[in-house]
Amino acid sequence: MSDNKALAIIVSVIGFLIALALNLFVPDKQDVIQKAYRFILIALSVLYLALGIRALISRDYAKKYIFKSKFIFAMGIVLAVWDLFSSKLDILEMPFFPSPGKVCMVFIDEYEFLLQNVYYSLRLFTVGFLSGIILGIGTGILIGWFARVKYWVFPVLKITGIIPAVAWMPFALTIFPTSFVAGAFLIAICAWFPVAFMTAQGMATTQQVYFDVAKTLGGSTWYQLFRVALPNAFPNIFTGISTASGLAFTTLIVSEMMGAQGGLGYYINWSKAWSAYYKIYAAIVIMAILFSLILKVVSLIQGRVLRWQKGLLYE
Amino acid sequence: MSKELISIDHVYRTYIDANANKVEALSNVSLDINDGEFISLIGPSGCGKTTLLRLLAGLDKPLSGKLSIGGEEITGPDPSRGYVFQQSSLFPWMNVEKNIAAGLVARGVYKDEKSRVQDYVDLVGLEGFEKSYPHQISGGMAQRVAIARSLINNPKALLLDEPMGALDSFTRADLQDKLLELWKKKGTTMILVTHDVDEAIYLSDRVVIMTPRPGEISEILPIELGRPRDRGSEDFLELRGHILEKLHLASTRIEPEYTI
Ligand SMILES: Nc1ncnc2c1ncn2[C@@H]1O[C@H](COP(=O)(O)OP(=O)(O)O)[C@@H](O)[C@H]1O
Ligand SMILES: [Mg+2]
Repeated sequence: MSDNKALAIIVSVIGFLIALALNLFVPDKQDVIQKAYRFILIALSVLYLALGIRALISRDYAKKYIFKSKFIFAMGIVLAVWDLFSSKLDILEMPFFPSPGKVCMVFIDEYEFLLQNVYYSLRLFTVGFLSGIILGIGTGILIGWFARVKYWVFPVLKITGIIPAVAWMPFALTIFPTSFVAGAFLIAICAWFPVAFMTAQGMATTQQVYFDVAKTLGGSTWYQLFRVALPNAFPNIFTGISTASGLAFTTLIVSEMMGAQGGLGYYINWSKAWSAYYKIYAAIVIMAILFSLILKVVSLIQGRVLRWQKGLLYE
Repeated sequence: MSKELISIDHVYRTYIDANANKVEALSNVSLDINDGEFISLIGPSGCGKTTLLRLLAGLDKPLSGKLSIGGEEITGPDPSRGYVFQQSSLFPWMNVEKNIAAGLVARGVYKDEKSRVQDYVDLVGLEGFEKSYPHQISGGMAQRVAIARSLINNPKALLLDEPMGALDSFTRADLQDKLLELWKKKGTTMILVTHDVDEAIYLSDRVVIMTPRPGEISEILPIELGRPRDRGSEDFLELRGHILEKLHLASTRIEPEYTI
């Protein structure tokens, strides 16, 4: 088993080391400053080495680490090939396919501007997404609990739900005072639908026996709603939130590209205007990292709230 | 001791089944239950045992007839009548402790009475499992939690719908003794639905034998054996034979159904 772990560590790290060696020892054909790229390769190697050490200690984590190692290796190889065909052989067409070195330099040259836009995007996303979730749970409770609300609101929800939120963009921009509020509105709208839908569904599928238990224990309607039906819907609500996070993130970027004064979408537009395609790649990398962080946060909260679903007796 | 607590007076309940046929779940059922008594309802499946418990709980209404407790008509569910359901009914999102405390929260007295939760954890012997979730404990433990959850409300009567139906025989015997112990300690009137003849005789002051189609009481049998009871004693076996014969007669009555 520990042989497996050692092997996994070597496999994980060696892809990046190959990419690093290639970058260091094959002469450049393109004019690129390589220091940022090299630093990132070293950082990635160190990161996966450190995670490997964690795998040596934790049995649970080791499984995950070993499973992922081949993919991590492939990541390093892809970087090496990309580097080879761009900065080393100059085969990939510029300016559309810049080398990894050129993309990585953006993080150094423009980190302040990037950070500012990341902050802007995160703020917009948080405000929009949270309002959408709260609105969604609220609507879902009403639909899930009151037959009359369901009759009138549910069809509306179903119809508006399938329309991509950005379709409302032209209206949003004229109705709301700032592009920030307009963006937040669009993100909220697209998070609202799946969350409301799943909340209502989760409540509607509560087993009758739980309501009977609540009644025989002396539980009021309030108790049955907030202590029985709503907790019963939590797993569904989180499915809704997970679905919503992808939609909301897409809407974030699109709405920023269409009219915002800041944010990663805005940054992409701005880079395009200058034909600085390598900056768009940098923005894409940041978006990928940002979105996986968002997913991570959602799943951490989910794991906490739904901890009753997991675990064994003798841990 | 023999003060009357519950009165069931000429109760009828019919259901319409999936094929639009009338099912007489209960027909002309009358029974008086004394305060502190241990009653078992026994009979083949479909004879209306659950229906009768649900009527007593106030979860369902009779078509005609009257059910009352302490002289007052039963009009709806009330924490003074605890219910242990046939299927697993613990809230899966609450741990053992929270499940037991649910009745206190439901009645809005949790703040004042939360110190009692541990007493009820101990009462059913679940020390050390307070933080476990329902899927992490065994079926026998889950039923003990369900019993504690009802008892914490200090009900006058506890309605138990085949609480030991899904348990293996060892756990079952264990839980039977636990139930007797709780009954003696708290003096709660127990109304137990079961399809296990030994269980009914072992536990009850009176066994109510029911028969289906229509669901009605065919005999009320007092069990005048001293406690603790010996399942192997001659008197025990004689009662057992008597009940089994009654139930067998009942099943031959419905036999045509199966031969179609
Ligand atoms: N909600 C209901 N709708 C239709 N029929 C029902 C309903 N509840 C019970 N019944 C019928 O009433 C009869 C008695 O049911 P029940 O009280 O559950 O019997 P037991 O608990 O003795 O097995 C059965 O034939 C059953 O199918
Ligand atoms: Mg039943």
